[in-house]
Amino acid sequence: MRREAKLGLALLLTPLALWLSLLIFIPHIDLFLVSLRERVGVGKYELSFANYLTFFNEPLYLWTFMRTAVMSILATMLTLLIAFPVSYYIAKMVKGRMQAALFLLCLVPFWVSELVRTFGWMILLRETGIISNVLQYAGLASGPVEMLYNDAAIMVGLVYTSMLFMVVPLVTTLESLSDEVVEAGYDLGGNGVSVLREIIIPHAMPGIVSGCIVVFMLCLGNYLTPTMLGGKESLWFTELIYSQFIVRFNWELGAAFGFMLLILSSLIVWGMLRLTGQSLEKTMG
Amino acid sequence: MKQHVVMLSTAAVIAISAGAASADTLRLLTWGGYAPEDVVAKFEEQTGHTVEVTKSNNEEMIAKLRATGGGGFDLAQPSQDRIAGPQAEFGIYKPMDLSKLNADLFIPSLMLATQANTTVDGEVYGVPHVWGTSGLVVDTKMAPMVKDYTDLCSPDVAGKVSYRLKRPTLIGFAYSMGLDPFAAYGDEAAYTEIMGQVEAKLIECKAGVKTYWGGGDELMGLLRSGEVVASMAWDTGGWKLNADKPDITFVAPAAGALGWVDTFVLPAKGKADDAAYEWINFVMQPEISAMITAAAGNFTASQGADEFASDDLKARYQASFPQEAIDNIKWYPPVPAGLEAIEGGVLDRVKAAK
Repeated sequence: MRREAKLGLALLLTPLALWLSLLIFIPHIDLFLVSLRERVGVGKYELSFANYLTFFNEPLYLWTFMRTAVMSILATMLTLLIAFPVSYYIAKMVKGRMQAALFLLCLVPFWVSELVRTFGWMILLRETGIISNVLQYAGLASGPVEMLYNDAAIMVGLVYTSMLFMVVPLVTTLESLSDEVVEAGYDLGGNGVSVLREIIIPHAMPGIVSGCIVVFMLCLGNYLTPTMLGGKESLWFTELIYSQFIVRFNWELGAAFGFMLLILSSLIVWGMLRLTGQSLEKTMG
Repeated sequence: MKQHVVMLSTAAVIAISAGAASADTLRLLTWGGYAPEDVVAKFEEQTGHTVEVTKSNNEEMIAKLRATGGGGFDLAQPSQDRIAGPQAEFGIYKPMDLSKLNADLFIPSLMLATQANTTVDGEVYGVPHVWGTSGLVVDTKMAPMVKDYTDLCSPDVAGKVSYRLKRPTLIGFAYSMGLDPFAAYGDEAAYTEIMGQVEAKLIECKAGVKTYWGGGDELMGLLRSGEVVASMAWDTGGWKLNADKPDITFVAPAAGALGWVDTFVLPAKGKADDAAYEWINFVMQPEISAMITAAAGNFTASQGADEFASDDLKARYQASFPQEAIDNIKWYPPVPAGLEAIEGGVLDRVKAAK
């Protein structure tokens, strides 16, 4: 009986183990080995840390990473600010079919691919686009207004793309907050601000943290939105990795960049968790 | 009667399976427009082979073949300057058996030049297919002063120009600045020096650039809407726009348009070489080549296909290319392995510059 149970467990775990080892561990090990090679001649390679040194010695690469990280953090905070009232409204203020309908509305944009959504923004924001034309028609602008190809456009695209991933965990945690607790807060003399600060936000913290982690990682790893909406100097770190692999044929440096992205982004998430006094177990468990 | 039917159908089944035995699947890695549906259908009908078309570009083709060690495709079409380098570095192609090709179908000068440029260790790796140039696409009413690559930096068109941050831009600007990048291909120090000058120029010009375009469709949108009045682009892009907006056309720059030739090569682990040779011989026929010219907008290396090309396209070509502009075309020599790293650094720094 015990042996059967063990066998059953092993069989159940096999798909997961296969998935992890074949699609996650082995490719990463391979990528790591590639990142440790240095090209010394035509088709000749040597083991070295040259690629990682390049990352640290060329200010451009480090600067691009910093820029990407800062903009991702900013996008995460903006997403949280916009998504929190929305989620609160969906979870607490409306009930029944209305709730389902609102939730569905958040979901609808994700039925089309990211590429199409980004093109949508391009049509809206470009110089000969809809917003520019409306502004001119309404007399608010005297000439065509260019809103595309700058960092603000990237921000808009990123926030829009990651909204759902913030709304879902927030709605789930906020729904578990019983109305009596909020009412009790008011009964004890609290006002809107103190109830929000003392009751609602602490309760929603696991949702906030997990939503922020997901959104931050999605922004950092996004490729389409920054490249399409961004302007002349809006270099995104994933763009660097892509061009090393595809355009420059420099897999070694690309692999090193990939690993730096993995390590640095993990560090940032860890640092943020420490800073806010949260831990992964508390939020995920 | 019934037996007759059975016998007939048996015969049919045998005939079909016999046909299937010699029929292959040809996995073709190519550019958009190089394998139009009508050509593929004709080929499949004539030979019984099936053709699977994957559309791509130079860099992705090489990256894909490198990832599989030259597997996954039976025929690829990178540009002739991107064959010798990657072959020496990664070994992703296999030599061509020229005896299996009908040499009469090719324009001899293009055939010889391509073979010379794609020879590694005495073996020929590529034969020419489609050729064209890149230069300037200009709205001749709004920006008549743009005649050369560096004119894109002129204050008259500031904020209304675009180009790609890719190697053709570096090469074009270098020629326009009176330098000779192709002559320095073999000399890393000299090439780095040239690229350094181009980098400074591109950073100086950056303020006037609307955006660096990434894909052909994006550029078409920018030019068609009038948001951009002058850009670096391929000749076909200009001619296509010329059909809708007569003011816009392709201009061969004073420093010389950059000439490219896309080829046929056999990936190292291709499994249907015979079908690949059949495809090459099939599409190089003048009438078929004309169909490809109609779809892709560029001329092919097929001998005699010009006669079948449309008069509109010929007229546009002649308007953009007077004889001296043709003589001035700078044909890409093979890119030595490792050159991309120098250019890559320049492009990254230009992109990041304020």
